[in-house]
Amino acid sequence: MNRVIERLSGSIREYRRDSILTPGFVTLEVIMEILIPLVLAGLIDDGITAGNMNIIVKLGLVLLLFAVMSLVFGVLAGKYAAAASAGFAKNLRHDLFHTIQNFSFANIDKYSTASLITRMTTDVTNVQNAYQMIIRIAIRCPLMLVFAFLMVVGIHAELSLIFLVLLPLLGIGMYLIITRAQPLFELVFKTYDSLNKVVRENLRGIRVVKSYVREDYEIKKFRNVSASIYGYFSHAEKILAFTSPLMQAVVYASILLISWFGAQFIVLGSLTTGELVSLISYSMQILMSLMMLAMVFVMITMAQASSRRIVEVLDEEVDLTNPADPIFTVANGDVEFRDVGFRYTKDTDREVLKDISLKIHAGETVGILGGTGSAKSTLVQLIPRLYDTTKGTVLVGGVDVREYDLNTLRDAVAMVLQKNVLFSGTVRDNLRWGNPDATEEEIVRACRMAKADEFIGTLPDRYDTRVEQGGSNFSGGQKQRLCIARALLRKPKILILDDSTSAVDTRTDAQIRQAFKTEIPETTKLIIAQRIASVQDADMILVMDAGRICALGTHEELLQNNAIYREMYRSQMKGDDV
Amino acid sequence: MPPMGGRHVRPGQFAGGGPQDAGRTVKRLFSYLTGMDRVRFAVVLVCIVLSALAGVVSSLFMEVLIDEYITPLLGMEYPVFTGLLTAIFFMAVIYAAGVAATFVYTRLMVVIAQGMLKKIRDRMFSHMQKLPVSYFDTHTFGDVMSRYTNDTDTLRQMISQSIPQVFSSVVTIVVVFAAMVYTSGHLTILVLFMVGVLFFVTKYIGTKSATYFIRQQESLGVVNGYIEEIMGGQKVVKVFCHEGTAKAEFDAMNTELCGHATSANTFANIFMPVVANIGNIQYVLVAILGGALALLGVGGLTLGAIAAFLLLSRSFMMPVSQVSQQISAVVMALAGAERIFQLMDEPVEDDAGTVRLVNVRREEGGLVETLDETTLWAWKEETESGTVYTELKGDVRFSQVSFGYTPEKEVLHDVSLYAKPGQKVAFVGATGAGKTTITNLINRFYDIYAGKILYDGIDVTRIKKSDLRWSLGMVLQDTNLFTGTVMENIRYGKLNATDEDVYAAAKLANADEFIRMLPDGYATMLEGDGGSLSQGQRQLLSIARAAVANPPVMILDEATSSIDTRTEAIVQAGMDSLMRGRTVFVIAHRLSTIHNADVILVLENGRVIERGNHETLIAQKGKYYQLYTGAFELE
Repeated sequence: MNRVIERLSGSIREYRRDSILTPGFVTLEVIMEILIPLVLAGLIDDGITAGNMNIIVKLGLVLLLFAVMSLVFGVLAGKYAAAASAGFAKNLRHDLFHTIQNFSFANIDKYSTASLITRMTTDVTNVQNAYQMIIRIAIRCPLMLVFAFLMVVGIHAELSLIFLVLLPLLGIGMYLIITRAQPLFELVFKTYDSLNKVVRENLRGIRVVKSYVREDYEIKKFRNVSASIYGYFSHAEKILAFTSPLMQAVVYASILLISWFGAQFIVLGSLTTGELVSLISYSMQILMSLMMLAMVFVMITMAQASSRRIVEVLDEEVDLTNPADPIFTVANGDVEFRDVGFRYTKDTDREVLKDISLKIHAGETVGILGGTGSAKSTLVQLIPRLYDTTKGTVLVGGVDVREYDLNTLRDAVAMVLQKNVLFSGTVRDNLRWGNPDATEEEIVRACRMAKADEFIGTLPDRYDTRVEQGGSNFSGGQKQRLCIARALLRKPKILILDDSTSAVDTRTDAQIRQAFKTEIPETTKLIIAQRIASVQDADMILVMDAGRICALGTHEELLQNNAIYREMYRSQMKGDDV
Repeated sequence: MPPMGGRHVRPGQFAGGGPQDAGRTVKRLFSYLTGMDRVRFAVVLVCIVLSALAGVVSSLFMEVLIDEYITPLLGMEYPVFTGLLTAIFFMAVIYAAGVAATFVYTRLMVVIAQGMLKKIRDRMFSHMQKLPVSYFDTHTFGDVMSRYTNDTDTLRQMISQSIPQVFSSVVTIVVVFAAMVYTSGHLTILVLFMVGVLFFVTKYIGTKSATYFIRQQESLGVVNGYIEEIMGGQKVVKVFCHEGTAKAEFDAMNTELCGHATSANTFANIFMPVVANIGNIQYVLVAILGGALALLGVGGLTLGAIAAFLLLSRSFMMPVSQVSQQISAVVMALAGAERIFQLMDEPVEDDAGTVRLVNVRREEGGLVETLDETTLWAWKEETESGTVYTELKGDVRFSQVSFGYTPEKEVLHDVSLYAKPGQKVAFVGATGAGKTTITNLINRFYDIYAGKILYDGIDVTRIKKSDLRWSLGMVLQDTNLFTGTVMENIRYGKLNATDEDVYAAAKLANADEFIRMLPDGYATMLEGDGGSLSQGQRQLLSIARAAVANPPVMILDEATSSIDTRTEAIVQAGMDSLMRGRTVFVIAHRLSTIHNADVILVLENGRVIERGNHETLIAQKGKYYQLYTGAFELE
């Protein structure tokens, strides 16, 4: 945990001043709040009881001054606490986001998207709240407790013994309540997750539910979860319901005890009425502080898991960095694999790619075929150095990819991933991802090559049409073509299409390939496909199987020499030929 | 499909998020509250009053203590404390009663609040299940989800915290006010003035705080949305070296959020110090004025009375500030409750049909209803001349059907088509041509506004919806698996299917082989729509699910997403065996799969433009021919 705190506190930075000022003002505020009952006692005793109007006015003004100071300190403490915690959260989010942006593919693979999102949203909010609690309440309560207790001792040492009895009682009571309620609350949260899951699945699958007439079944399922929430939540809150009666009981007990003993001391002359009234104020402050402290403790424990999750991401070592003296130009689109082997993680024996040696000349078109799990995608992802090889070297333009500046290399190698993602914004915004400075002509040209210009032309606002999140307002084929156009705008030396035309019909697919051939002859093209038709006119076709290149050659050669290829071709031609 | 964050802030959720008709909502909530258990609720109210009174008595006690038990003893040589002891004992009893009352009402309130929430949740979900599909089209998941999460949660806080606190505060305010007036009318006026100040200031802070809170939530929504989008496409970001831009964009949003969060939290933080110190200032003023009055002998103030009044005035300020603090919580909760009720008030799917689906036996040339599970089904219709049984065959006819999802935009125009029992009917056409719409009309996910759909000669609107859907199996594009084991997911098709039935269905669907390869076979847990399975495997499961239901008519919507050719062949084989011997409607995304269809309907812009089988349509050299030769694309 110490390490976690150390790592997190690194994100306080420019808010260090606010973070220190807060407890400072909190301390001043507490001192004022402690002094106020003391002056009040004087006001009652020396002023009201003694009937001295001068003292009443004088002490009254002092009190007024204290109240105003306490107000100012309180407001400042609140303001700085807010600034410090909001700023801390901002820095945490900033650090997380920037760390993740620097992640390599291997780093990204380790976390699910959902878990990264939770860390950046819910977890940061939890830590932010806990931080504000710590610099404000967690400072205030112990101070208040100690100061108020010292005042009680100062006024009447014997009476302070009352608190030595009551405080442990309250403490033990709170401890029992918290330790019993907290595990139940965790259960409640878990069950809430299940409830949300049921609702979510029903929202998403409402057509399935309705077509199988499973409404009643789903209602029963929901009611079960709902009933267990009711059960756990009621149980937890019933335990928590002991808090206010416990607090009341202790407060009342302190009032009665102070009254009983205080009255006797007053009569005996060792206490004044004014002091009695302030004693009661102090007792409230002492008891309240202890209870608040218990609550803060709960909040902080709850934020612990969140902080650990955040630090896990911050600590993630980015295993792929720019070389010390990088090369900033890529000579041409030559690609070479020299005895390449690859494993996703260092501690696994499973080799994803084995003994890959391959030479592709600039401007060539290479088709890559192979079943699921044959590591086609992995192979091409080594070219823009999205992963580092475990063995051997990958060369682009005759230079080891590890020697290039990462951005230079990736600018030269455009890749259309299998999982296409468009971002919210206009069509043009999305295309500009490829090249922020692209001219209108360049955009139109890229779209024409990717065969996207026609359907864009039919859109209501053409290039200014909004793309919804995830591109949900475009069909699969349209999305794929937009993604290809986006990649073309980079004017890459090497273009990689990872199964990027699966939803595009064969004829358009062929037209796109034709455009590549005539319009970007210099660019090396690597095309991963399911259909042989998509690669059959390539200069070279690789057939991958279980991480190895099991056949290599042109369509005609492979048809002649390779049984697997021949079988694939035959089965695919059955339905598709005209 | 909208993202499923669950924590989304919808636009307008906070901005102007006050309830539209607070009165009606309060009344309705109250009916839930009292409808549960009147006795219990009455006990709660009584106990709150008792608990509040005990608190007030404690402030009054000081005066009695000082004036009657301490001052008289001062200067006595042998003070007698028995009177004080009795008074303390008497107070102890009252306090004990107060503590007991607090205990009782907090415990009971837990049961009432939780019970009420459960009832609201359950009703909301049951109602949601009865809503027409169009409701789900027009509301985002995030929008509906937040009613189960945010809205229910603010409601819970209001019921279990705000209501008891406000009620208790009001009781205290009334009693303390009476006591203050009784003790000193003059000082009460001063306190009232201070309360006015307090109220004004807290209202100002409250409004400010609410304004910034709304802004904070809105920019948090923006930031979270951006995070979700970028994290979802992180690999694309890397491939396009877009990290720098993403960082810059994020930083700008993040900084804005920080500004709003600081303001919102500042106002929330200064609330307590402001309230407490207005209390302190009031204290001082009361002391000075009280002292002056006592010295001048106005209003017959005693020393004890001033001390008591000081405590009373503090007891008065506390509940006033509590009430003003709770107001915004109540307003937010009422807005949430209103959204919940809004969902509960949505009109349910109309289901006026009376024709039922029953198992029958063939006896002496006629059909006889039976409770046994037979393979023969019939539509049972009560007519004036008695019960009529029509055999379920799977004959579907559309006659001049027109339909639109919204009245302004018709998507199907005058569609007529027929499928004879056992035929395989395929729909072909571009995205938006109306293929999926047609299938959604057969099972009445939507109702048509012109024309007629006949099922075995019966108008579908006359058939009870559940029975109609029973008879139609559906394999949809989105597989939609549920959290549970593989076995449970397949059994979804027929809840009383035996394990053997499930195995048989899985075999038929070609799914058995891969299921047995899973770590726990049929007992493997699936989560998040079967996220651990490949797309092809999910499709196989949804085919198996339809197979176990074994309906006479099937609607198959082929998946568009890419699966490798081997898996595709397996899925296709599964689909083929499912289609055997049934009337089947296929929505085709790949022409290669529909060669053998009995009828192919080519749709364009909501009209059937060609009809025939593969050979005749190719010979016709029309749109189908163009599609087939690739001159036009399907998607």
